[in-house]
Amino acid sequence: MKRAPVIARRELASYFHSPVAYVAMALFLFAAGAAFVMYDFQPGHPDEMRHTFESFVWLLVFVSPVLTMSLLAQEWSSGTMETLMTTPINELDVVIGKFLGSMAFFVVLVLPTILYVALLSVYGHVDIGPVIAGYLGIFLTAALFISVGLFCSSMTKSQLVAAFATGAVLFASTIIPYLVSYYATIGDVWRSVVNGCIYARYSGFAQGIIDTGNVVFFIAATAVFLFLSVKKLESRRWQ
Amino acid sequence: MISVSQLTKAYGPVLAVDKVSFEVPKGQIVGFLGPNGAGKSTTIRMLSCWLAPTSGGATVNGFDIFHQSEQVRQHLGYLPENVPLYMEMTVEEYLDFRGRLRGMERELRRKRIDYVMQRCWLSTVRSRVIGHLSKGYRQRVGLADTLLHGPEVLILDEPTVGLDPTQIRETRKLIKDLAGEHTVMLSTHILPEVEAVCDHAIIIAGGRIVAQGSLEELRSTRRATARVLIECRGPAADVQTALQRVSGVHKVEMLNGDDARSSRDKNYVTAAIRQKDGFDVREEVARTVVQSGWPLREVRLEHATLEEFFVQVTAGQAVSKTQESAS
Repeated sequence: MKRAPVIARRELASYFHSPVAYVAMALFLFAAGAAFVMYDFQPGHPDEMRHTFESFVWLLVFVSPVLTMSLLAQEWSSGTMETLMTTPINELDVVIGKFLGSMAFFVVLVLPTILYVALLSVYGHVDIGPVIAGYLGIFLTAALFISVGLFCSSMTKSQLVAAFATGAVLFASTIIPYLVSYYATIGDVWRSVVNGCIYARYSGFAQGIIDTGNVVFFIAATAVFLFLSVKKLESRRWQ
Repeated sequence: MISVSQLTKAYGPVLAVDKVSFEVPKGQIVGFLGPNGAGKSTTIRMLSCWLAPTSGGATVNGFDIFHQSEQVRQHLGYLPENVPLYMEMTVEEYLDFRGRLRGMERELRRKRIDYVMQRCWLSTVRSRVIGHLSKGYRQRVGLADTLLHGPEVLILDEPTVGLDPTQIRETRKLIKDLAGEHTVMLSTHILPEVEAVCDHAIIIAGGRIVAQGSLEELRSTRRATARVLIECRGPAADVQTALQRVSGVHKVEMLNGDDARSSRDKNYVTAAIRQKDGFDVREEVARTVVQSGWPLREVRLEHATLEEFFVQVTAGQAVSKTQESAS
């Protein structure tokens, strides 16, 4: 894993060479800002960021595929995977490096939203605990989404396929259970399924609750997708 | 330096490389020659640890490609076909990134980047974005990258494909200069490239090695050997009979049509003479022609070309392969 930072650094830099990332960033900040202004930054509302944080997860479902689609798919399609893997590094370096590079870009993406917290604290007394929990939650969610995207990107040469596959997985595991629990009357079994899904687990963080079970869930699920990506890269040798 | 034994790669039921064995001695440039689809790239990809062999093995620089893959890659400079590069990076950024990947220290990295840039004539495009460079420059960036860490062994897969003639000549010259310091294995489907650059050649066709040795050896094992071409003005039949009588002459063949350059001039005839082993008949043949009163325009020794040999062995292989699959 010595070389992972080298890969991460290159990956982060390459985001800033691509217009797609800037567009994703602009849309994310626009939508997050809109959610903040409409739901949290209103006279008479509680001094908290809960709705803004809840909007983040929706936005991430759409932004993560764009951020991750090129990670490995582009290396496959341009052939640079071959030059990369014939240097003395291993598959774990590549996967962790790509993951960290993408996470770093995510941090850059979310960093300006700290401004919202600052704004809010000018007009009221923000309880910093729930804000930290909210950021931890979005960080863990992003890690999971990016690892899913990384895995999808490792499976194909086409960035478009990678983006759609990631989007589909995230939509099915996040948005659909949320809509079901919100609009449909469901039995106990389905209720527990929905509560095990990403949105329910994330909303705990958005409300300021750090549940160890949820933390473990996100970390473990992220690890599973990173592991699968490593295995996918290794499998090329046995094709 | 590179030692390959019984190396085999199967893609499902298709044998891309079939029990290939060869050696590449230290400090030499060896041409790895074969028609398209012969298994060149697959073999090379196994040597560079990109693919794992189905069976058999190889060592590069004394390290096993399967069990000591990391050490192999540490001491290997590998240029894949089509030279994949990161198009958004500048030349310098790219080489710096590659140096970091190889764990080179800052000072060393800087020194080596300067060296390979100068060596591959890249100094003028140092801070240009790779995507904006011509194919020839990209090829050099790829070569510079393979030299960056000073590897003992270089494996280059079709390094001159897609270049214009000047660039091809420059690239070949560069590769030739690298011999001695490095052991070079050069894959190509272009025969003149091997003749221009390499000391030894390994010829692969249909996933099997069909011939290997120094260029001289390969030329001499060729079924057809060198011949003397003689062009003079005289009646074809008489010329042939006269030449046939010269000692050391094995066979005389009168060329006509496309083969004969004199076809434009009806009076001149061209004879192709095959010599017996150990004879040089040029002087005798010239004297015979002149004494017979036929004006002599040209006497030329035509060296055996590898091309004919290459065509023979690879065509033979293709035929036997077809028969195999038919039976």
